[in-house]
Amino acid sequence: MADLVYLIPLLPFLGFVINGLVGKSLPKPVVALIACGSVLGSFILSILCFKQVIDEGAFTAVLYNWIAVGDTHIQIAFQIDQLSTMMMLIITGIGFLIHMYSDGYMHHDEGFHRFYAYLNLFIFSMLLLVMGSNYMLMFFGWEGVGLCSYLLIGFWYKNKEFGVAARKAFIMNRIGDLGLLLGIFIIFNTFGSIEYADVFKNAYAHGDSTNIICILLFVGAMGKSAQIPLYTWLPDAMAGPTPVSALIHAATMVTAGIYLVVRSNILFAMSPSASELMMYIGLATAMIAATIGLKQNDIKKVLAYSTVSQLGFMFVALGVGAYTTAMFHVLTHAFFKALLFLGSGSVIHGMGGEQDIRKMGGLSKALPITHITFLMGTLAIAGVPFFSGFFSKDEILAMTHGHSDVVFALLSITAIITAVYMFRLYFLVFRGNFRGTHHQKEHLHESPISMTLPLIVLAILSVIGGFLGMPAWMSDNHILNHFLHPIVTGEIHFHPTESFEFTVLGVSIVLLAIIIFAVRNYYITKSIVPESDEAETGMSKVLSHKYYIDELYNTLFVKPVEALSIFLHKVVDNQIIDGIVNGTAWAVKQKANLLRRLQDGKLEWYMIGMVAGVLLILVFNFFM
Amino acid sequence: MAVLLIFIPLFASILFLFIKGNMGKMIALTFSVINLIFSIYLLSSFDTQSDEAFQFAFNEPWVESLGISFCGGLDGISLLMVLLTNFLTPIIILSSWGKTPEYPAAFYGLILLMQAGLNGVFMATDGLLFYVFWEITLIPIWFICAYWGGENRIPVTIKFFIYTFAGSLFMLVGLIYLYLNTPIEITGNHNFSWEALQMAARSMDAAGQQIVFWLIFMAFAVKIPVFPFHTWQPETYTVSPAPGTMLLSGIMLKMGIYGVIRWLLPFSPDLVSSGYNLPIVLCIIGVVYGGWIAIKQTDMKKIAAYSSLSHVGLIAAGIFTLTIDGLQGAVIQMVNHGINIVGLFLAIELIERRTGTRDLSKLGGIASKAPKLSVLFMIIVLGSLAVPLTNGFVGEFLLLKSIYSINIYMAAIAGLTVIFCAVYMLRLYNLAIFGDVTSHTADMKDLNARETILMGIIALLVIILGVYPQPIFDISKQAIETFQTTLTLK
Repeated sequence: MADLVYLIPLLPFLGFVINGLVGKSLPKPVVALIACGSVLGSFILSILCFKQVIDEGAFTAVLYNWIAVGDTHIQIAFQIDQLSTMMMLIITGIGFLIHMYSDGYMHHDEGFHRFYAYLNLFIFSMLLLVMGSNYMLMFFGWEGVGLCSYLLIGFWYKNKEFGVAARKAFIMNRIGDLGLLLGIFIIFNTFGSIEYADVFKNAYAHGDSTNIICILLFVGAMGKSAQIPLYTWLPDAMAGPTPVSALIHAATMVTAGIYLVVRSNILFAMSPSASELMMYIGLATAMIAATIGLKQNDIKKVLAYSTVSQLGFMFVALGVGAYTTAMFHVLTHAFFKALLFLGSGSVIHGMGGEQDIRKMGGLSKALPITHITFLMGTLAIAGVPFFSGFFSKDEILAMTHGHSDVVFALLSITAIITAVYMFRLYFLVFRGNFRGTHHQKEHLHESPISMTLPLIVLAILSVIGGFLGMPAWMSDNHILNHFLHPIVTGEIHFHPTESFEFTVLGVSIVLLAIIIFAVRNYYITKSIVPESDEAETGMSKVLSHKYYIDELYNTLFVKPVEALSIFLHKVVDNQIIDGIVNGTAWAVKQKANLLRRLQDGKLEWYMIGMVAGVLLILVFNFFM
Repeated sequence: MAVLLIFIPLFASILFLFIKGNMGKMIALTFSVINLIFSIYLLSSFDTQSDEAFQFAFNEPWVESLGISFCGGLDGISLLMVLLTNFLTPIIILSSWGKTPEYPAAFYGLILLMQAGLNGVFMATDGLLFYVFWEITLIPIWFICAYWGGENRIPVTIKFFIYTFAGSLFMLVGLIYLYLNTPIEITGNHNFSWEALQMAARSMDAAGQQIVFWLIFMAFAVKIPVFPFHTWQPETYTVSPAPGTMLLSGIMLKMGIYGVIRWLLPFSPDLVSSGYNLPIVLCIIGVVYGGWIAIKQTDMKKIAAYSSLSHVGLIAAGIFTLTIDGLQGAVIQMVNHGINIVGLFLAIELIERRTGTRDLSKLGGIASKAPKLSVLFMIIVLGSLAVPLTNGFVGEFLLLKSIYSINIYMAAIAGLTVIFCAVYMLRLYNLAIFGDVTSHTADMKDLNARETILMGIIALLVIILGVYPQPIFDISKQAIETFQTTLTLK
């Protein structure tokens, strides 16, 4: 297997090259076949890798030396172990479903081949990120996915606002990337290598520098995984086509930060302050994003804030040292969030491009498959018992309970808010009466099979995916913990008591029933439609304006940076520095006026000068 | 043998005195390509393991009584610079074909003269010969910019000329000062050879080395340019015709960086190896300063000019760290910056030729009109952005790493280029390429075959050198390791 591993990223890369170069002149089915086929090929190979890892354990495949400069040796090599195969399966598996879905969703777009080329490039980069055997290769993928994200957010390039959103995403990611890069430098300096194997082997010998390393790595994770303060790009990233939101901005790319931390779990386990920071940032992000999600009226924005919030949950888990739990949530979240986004895409498709949930309602009849699958996703993310999200989210809550009661309480409240905004979304979109235009109503239609099939598969996974990590009272075998055990040596082990587990279970059933009833009562029975933005007042106005964070950043950072740019150019550069230069030239010219008298065209002066010169040379030659 | 690299274009440029009309561009291309082939031949017979300081060396007495000789040769570093020069010159000549300049014979003759001078600068191993070539390059470039330039070209280029010339005079004084300290035991004369000057420097005390450092530094600082000696640069890049801008930014500024490695550091060894951080600080100020100003410019050429100020600041800073990472990073980044900045100015020129403007507020929607241009431009932008697996990343990574090894805060500040570059490059790209078409871009044509090949070559190099950069390092490895040990060993 080791000698075929390179094919896993190479196949999508070839798909990118072919569709990028000649896709325009190929028929659409061929374009889609190349793109989907390459990802399917990678998926099959990933399964083979997975099997080999289970049977024979982890292995490394070295391709070539990228650079060997002085003591800086960096190789292009893949490390196939439990963590990377798990990520590879998510990326290629869900990636394949979303590629398939895109065939229907993007069919009428003139940039069809370009879209697939970018998607394949994304899969390639994301695979590099998780397969690399060192921090450098991970950084390659890290920046690569950021680039693809930029290209795909701005996919509909004629729209200027989309272009701005794309740039914002790239720049915010780059802020994080600088932190990550510095972290990599310190790792290099401390361990003399950036190969995971070398670093982790010697981690205990360098305990004193792990704190700064981990904080910098986490800064990188903040950018990619949209945590405070670098989260505001993700909601704007919804400008991209919906399959992109599902694949990049929900299921895979944004979880790269979690992957980074889990990969480096030995280092993080040794730096309590970095872990503490991570937990609080995660908690704050989860809460802030969830509350904003309560007041959004764009179907994709609700899901975007939900993603930010769920990522916050994962970072809380990482912060308390529950690394497999975080990976568990990565997995279930990939299922249900990809499902929800694709479902929302199906809704938008059926509504002729409409994204405002105030203009939807009662779509369950016209879009039956979308409705049922979306409901499954909603139940999963809300944490309804025995759906996948229930298992992973309860595990996170249980882990925080072992750490701090306050964190546990706040995170539980956030989980409740999650259920509220998700059921609000569900009821406003699929139940009640249709509120769109007559024209929209006539054209409402269920999506083609290429779109509904991925929905069905993801719905099934969202329902059953949680059984990979059953709590102790259900089963002795936590499959995921068992599987990931070799790579999470830094894991904190904490086993909640059964009475605690049952209390949580009971309370959550009661609370969920109340929430579903209340939300239904508010939006369906009373038929209350969210107000227009202008009519908002008080706290709800603050929420629908997202706590004015964008405005704050604009005032604090964007405007001053731009003002200083102009000041540096107009004043410092053009007047002060260039003024000194010109002033010097002017002064020289003034002096030159004096000297010019020497060159007034009178031959005798020149003669005298020459003789004096010759004399001087002689003097120097003979007497010095 | 390597001396032919100077004489082929030199004789060709003399030929141009007798050529009239449109033949010139073909002849210029032919000779520049012959030179390119010849330099590739030199590369193929270059021994990367050799102990010799300079291979293909030539040495003819010139002014024997003063110890000046016409001598030169190639080590790994200068070989790369020569390759860059002879690769970019045909590209630059070809780029001008779509818009033939007035008096083409003179124009192309000057470009070849420039090529000869640049090869001379990179090969000379005699201090005075180096100085002579250094000044020779200034003359053709000044004519190109001053004669074929745009609005306001005369005052701008005169300032450029005087500024760089004044800087060079400091260097001349510095070289003469060293020369007067060279040992005279062997030949009875002082000597301008690189080795002799180096010996002279080693015999000096700290104060003497400091004087030499600043005298020579002035010339290079103006040419590179290092903050705050840069104010001639944005204006000159803007008013110059595209081939002039490409020569200046692609090759000529590398003279300055190359000069720092060959003609500055070895002449103040104790000073620079004792943690002398002031030059690094100046360079890093330039990195941030250039990037910051580029954010709000609307003239595409100005953005590229300030971005260049920012990028070369990083290169120079890496050199002054005296680490292997920094020196190798600098050498590879000189090559890659040369390729990328020429690609950037080429793309800007092709857009300006078609739309008549470089003003971002008047551009937009090029993606739908000229997809080939947009894609190739994107790849070049990615190279400038230093996205991994493009050529720009390799050098930037090593340079930042080398600065980190000196001081983490300096690395963090220099690292801001990672963010700034994303801001101004993507702004440039988005505003010009994305959005709706404007009245200027409405009937824009896509690239023709020649232009596609030109930009394609550059784009291909951006990717190849990013994915597999090691061959470049292998060429300069020996030279840099020897250099670094002799410099830092006490």
